[in-house]
Amino acid sequence: MAILVQFAIGLVFGLGLIVSGMSDPAKVLNFLDIGGIPAGTWDASLAFVMAGAVTVTFVGFNRVLKLARPFFAERFYLPTRNDIDPRIIAGPAIFGVGWGLAGFCPGPALTALGFGSASAFIFVSAMCAGMMLARFIAHLPSLTRYVTPVDPLET
Amino acid sequence: MVSTSFTPIASLVGGAMIGVSAVLLMWATGRIAGVSGIAARLFPPYEDREFAGRLAFVAGLIAAPVLVRLIVGSLPAQTIAAGPAVLIVGGLLTGFGSVWGSGCTSGHGVCGLSRLSVRSLVATMTFMATGMATVFLMRHWS
Repeated sequence: MAILVQFAIGLVFGLGLIVSGMSDPAKVLNFLDIGGIPAGTWDASLAFVMAGAVTVTFVGFNRVLKLARPFFAERFYLPTRNDIDPRIIAGPAIFGVGWGLAGFCPGPALTALGFGSASAFIFVSAMCAGMMLARFIAHLPSLTRYVTPVDPLET
Repeated sequence: MVSTSFTPIASLVGGAMIGVSAVLLMWATGRIAGVSGIAARLFPPYEDREFAGRLAFVAGLIAAPVLVRLIVGSLPAQTIAAGPAVLIVGGLLTGFGSVWGSGCTSGHGVCGLSRLSVRSLVATMTFMATGMATVFLMRHWS
């Protein structure tokens, strides 16, 4: 049941990407092209996608997170860090270059597979390789000599 | 360069649907709807038992255009101008960077900003900036 629900939730996400126009890399690239503002080719649509998504999510999260627990899980898993480390700048900086090159971010790239496009298949294959590489490097044994103990009673 | 038309209403509605999906995923599983995180965790190492749910979510993403084609009979325009080399480099950078930075447009841009996360704000401003810079160099640098 939980699996079916998550399929449906992914489906709604994918439909949102298609309806919003984000599944079209040309539209995304025309939004990122601020050099196209004077020429009149700039497409501001993506700002409306973000506005719609953030508004609904902001209101919805506030309500959902007041519940005792998620419907199919024991607890809510929320990132709590608020420090700015090199990785939170370097990662998005690299991702942005890839996004600007092809016009695909991960969601629309996966949805594009369902369009049956060979280009999307090439992009997603490379994207998965990049993801695996990042996880591989992040899981390498730490090279630092000092680590924080995992057990909270040790600190 | 392919010109596209400004679609504020459709984009706002589609964006709201993405928001509904993010809220539903939090309600159902207690997880952030971050596509890069969900997709990356389909590969080892596995840290929890959520594999099937993540696979189902990704299957839903891929099934969306199939469903649209079945119901409407056609799909909206999708123009992929990039050639194979650019697609491979772009894909590698997108996959690596989004996982290295703990999120992409959905995890940081939608869910993170909605939670007023400072890290997500920094991440979103950074990928917007380098994305815009990349397109600028590709199109206007000559």
